[in-house]
Amino acid sequence: MQKQDKQELILRISGVNARKCMRCGKCSATCPAYDEMEYHPHQFVYMVESGNIEPLLSSDSIYKCLTCFACVERCPRDVQPAKLIEAVRLAVIREQDKNHMKKGDLPELLDEDLPQQAIVSAFRKYTK
Amino acid sequence: MILSYYPGCTLKTKAKDLDRYGRKSAEALGITLEEIPDWQCCGGVYPIAKDEIATKLSSVRALAAAKAAGQDLVTLCSACHNVLKQVNNDMKTDEEIAGKANRYLGLSEEYHGETNVIHYLEMLRDKVGFDKIKELVKNPFTGKKIGAYYGCLLLRPGKVLKMDNPENPKIMEDFIRAIGGTPVIYPMRNECCGGYVTLEDKALANKRSGKVLENAKDMGADMLITACPLCLYNLNKNTDGYDVPVYYFTELLAEALGVKD
Amino acid sequence: MQKIGVFVCHCGTNIAATVDVKAVAEALKGEPGVVFSTDYQYMCSEAGQNLIKNSIKEYGLTGVVVCSCSPRMHEQTFRKAAQSAGINPYMVEIANIREQCSWIHKDIWSATEKAIILGKAAVAKVQLNAPLTAGESPVVKRALVIGGGIAGIQTALDIAEAGFEVDIVEKQPTIGGKMTQIDKTFPTLDCAACILTPKMVDCAQNEKIKIYSYSEVADVKGFVGNFTVKIKKKARYVDEDKCTGCGICTEKCPVKNVPNEFNMGMDNRRAIYIPFAQAVPKVATIDANYCNMLKNGKCGVCSKFCTVGAIDYKQQDTIVEEKYGAIVVATGFNPIKLDDFDEFAYSQSKDVITSLEFERLTNAAGPTSGTLLRPSDGKHPHTIVFVQCVGSRDTSGCGKTYCSKICCMYTAKHAMLTREKYPDTDVYVFYIDVRTPGKNFDEFYRRAVEEYGVHYIKGMVGKVVPRSDGTLMVQASDLLSNEQLHINADLVVLAAAIEPDKSARSLATMLTASMDTNDFFTEAHPKLRPVESPTAGIFLSGVCQGPKDIPETVSQASAAAAKVIGLLAKDKLTCNPCVAQANELMCNGCSSCEKVCPYGAITYSDKEFRMPDRTTAIRRVASVNEAVCQGCGACTVACPSGAMDLKGFSNSQIMAEVDAICK
Repeated sequence: MQKQDKQELILRISGVNARKCMRCGKCSATCPAYDEMEYHPHQFVYMVESGNIEPLLSSDSIYKCLTCFACVERCPRDVQPAKLIEAVRLAVIREQDKNHMKKGDLPELLDEDLPQQAIVSAFRKYTK
Repeated sequence: MILSYYPGCTLKTKAKDLDRYGRKSAEALGITLEEIPDWQCCGGVYPIAKDEIATKLSSVRALAAAKAAGQDLVTLCSACHNVLKQVNNDMKTDEEIAGKANRYLGLSEEYHGETNVIHYLEMLRDKVGFDKIKELVKNPFTGKKIGAYYGCLLLRPGKVLKMDNPENPKIMEDFIRAIGGTPVIYPMRNECCGGYVTLEDKALANKRSGKVLENAKDMGADMLITACPLCLYNLNKNTDGYDVPVYYFTELLAEALGVKD
Repeated sequence: MQKIGVFVCHCGTNIAATVDVKAVAEALKGEPGVVFSTDYQYMCSEAGQNLIKNSIKEYGLTGVVVCSCSPRMHEQTFRKAAQSAGINPYMVEIANIREQCSWIHKDIWSATEKAIILGKAAVAKVQLNAPLTAGESPVVKRALVIGGGIAGIQTALDIAEAGFEVDIVEKQPTIGGKMTQIDKTFPTLDCAACILTPKMVDCAQNEKIKIYSYSEVADVKGFVGNFTVKIKKKARYVDEDKCTGCGICTEKCPVKNVPNEFNMGMDNRRAIYIPFAQAVPKVATIDANYCNMLKNGKCGVCSKFCTVGAIDYKQQDTIVEEKYGAIVVATGFNPIKLDDFDEFAYSQSKDVITSLEFERLTNAAGPTSGTLLRPSDGKHPHTIVFVQCVGSRDTSGCGKTYCSKICCMYTAKHAMLTREKYPDTDVYVFYIDVRTPGKNFDEFYRRAVEEYGVHYIKGMVGKVVPRSDGTLMVQASDLLSNEQLHINADLVVLAAAIEPDKSARSLATMLTASMDTNDFFTEAHPKLRPVESPTAGIFLSGVCQGPKDIPETVSQASAAAAKVIGLLAKDKLTCNPCVAQANELMCNGCSSCEKVCPYGAITYSDKEFRMPDRTTAIRRVASVNEAVCQGCGACTVACPSGAMDLKGFSNSQIMAEVDAICK
């Protein structure tokens, strides 16, 4: 896929207009998973805007977003960075054999208190 | 008063207490919760992408069922509340999504977000009234310093969920006052516990939950209440050193109303 | 039949690039009455105007159609040209083929077609034009300034200086406005009170200036040169003429717990109070919401101690009616409420404050006598975090979409002064952009960084977490180092966006002055008429028109004064001849027109009419006061019998235009 096609794909899946960003960094200032991410929310916005998608596709950062909507709620420009992270993640897992979690991985990750909610959420986030 | 009720998957399994005490308390408050027939799991997280339709359909079915019954739809689990309200908003405001979803489902009557989705706490606030609850309390939590843990799913995105001020909410604090307790306001109450990422990154969940508990403890909370099974799990797994037990708010409500057995 | 000339303007490429101007001129040649039609590059130029003048003479034109820009731009120009060539100026019609055609279309073919249709409509209208003569109206040589902040004060002083009477209406008990609350002013750091209070005193002492303090505008009627304004003087329960401002009452009053708005509620005042030592007028005011005597009749302490008998618990609101030739709006601003920004914990911690509160905390007349202390525990803060753009440049719906303009500079000032006075304090400023376009502004900001060591960090604060030990954990972005920072602060200062005063909206309705979506008053032209409202006789001064700092406000205030002086210097104003006219024979006396007239220009009277059978009948008919009518046309639409017509825009003219468009 061409660089520009990738950018268009991400923008289409997310429905986000990355150009609205004024580079204040409040998304990254408020992100609870910041330390675990290689690329931070403001970088997702900037890199998608500039078409630099490849590094995002291959980064583990897309599995660290908690989808807690803190960046969405607090962004002064209504950019909704979480939607871009989600779109990059979907662009990856929608490819063949790119599920982040396999069924066989699951038993090892479970404990007896873990609520079903966590499992269905993870499946929705990590698999196609 | 009869309201439609969507329990969700976890309330039938690991979070039976949240459900059980919720139903008993509702009964004591004169509300009948009618579980909608043949509901399916909401998926736990709202499908954010513009082109995700199939993953929204289970929610739309539940919403349409409540519409058919002509009742408001009550949710208790924070996650279901978040998913149902957001999907409902899509059906109301996004013609493209609504059009596709309706074509998939082929319902006898198209669904366009007509159902009013409310969280159980909103039911207590708007349908029952915290003043009324106060009158009905038999075992008040007098002297208990209770911190409300909202997490992320109850309040955000504020413009869609419209439950309370997402940065300075008071619905749970008012609830705590209604059952006789003293609310402890701590700023981390609307920050994420680590959510589903706990499944593969325990350290992350540990760190996030720890920050919440640390702040709650520091501001003087003896215990926390939540509406979310996953929050309860993450916080309880990480209380080491903080000694702040976490309960479902319905458990405290049932106890206060004298219907906990 | 009129002999009509058509003049199509290129406006350089503004029109000609999108409209085939030659085709327009050619097409209009065939319209009824058109005897001459041509195009020219710049019709408003002297050569263009001469083209019109010469054609009028050469072809004996009786009517002129100019296809050009909006009539708001050059109608006057072309009317004057026609008049100088000997025809009545109201025989000129403009077809707007720029703003309403070339600027909004891309396709040449459709734009040209539309331009031709607009031209045809104007030709059809001018066929029915009749020469009109403008009347005159006298000018009341007194101005009203609404709002007594630095903007209103400067405007009033300048108008008075020119020898005209001017009244200031201020809703607070004292004039002075926001500037009284500011400690020092950037970039020179002179004390705000030291430069403001002499001007306040000048206002009080100038015999041309009358101050209505603790008063509000209740009603406005009339038009440019001739406004009638009702001013409500709110009861302050103190006789202004008797009160000497000695202040004994404000010391003796037993109600001590009233939040002091002058210090942003950070300390208390009494129920009877003088806002601050240099108040003008220096007169006490009783706050009826807190006074025991007014609430339940039990007290009377202030009255007992007043040596001049100025206390009057029975005082009522009074209405004063006054006439003015011009009105200046100077209603100013307020910081926005921060309810929607509680991620910064403003409502959760006393040590999260706004910048205006910070001003009070550093001011000698403030709650801490000028020593910077934390509101929660009175201790010295050692780490201070300033957050810029709180609610400014916000398109999420929580804040304001615009830049509040003043925050970058006052934050630099706060940061610099803090470091100068308390060198052991760590000062952080989180910014998105630092905007310093002003004389010596950027140098000032750089001094804060380079000489005073203020830590400027490119990024935003995401969350403030107050802790039980009184510290504030500030979680923020450092975008240049790509880090998430966690700073333990003692004080957080939020640069809240500013918004127009809430009173502006209702005032704009009274004045029929237009506002933008943010409730700032709009100017008649954003570049060329920046201090005038589009409504004649209404002028704009200060932040009511848009965010601005003190130097800019004072410049604009003086500019508004100059415009007012220019108006008041005239003895008479030329009226608009396009006013309503009632056809008495058709009028059925229903009063519909009288009810819709916003200017009160229509009156009814009984008149004798001769009937066809030679008897006389008395009928009630409408008549229009031409000096009061503003030509809005509401009555012509309301009249059920078609008796009302607007000169220059008659029903038959409008219908002719519609017919020409639909043909």
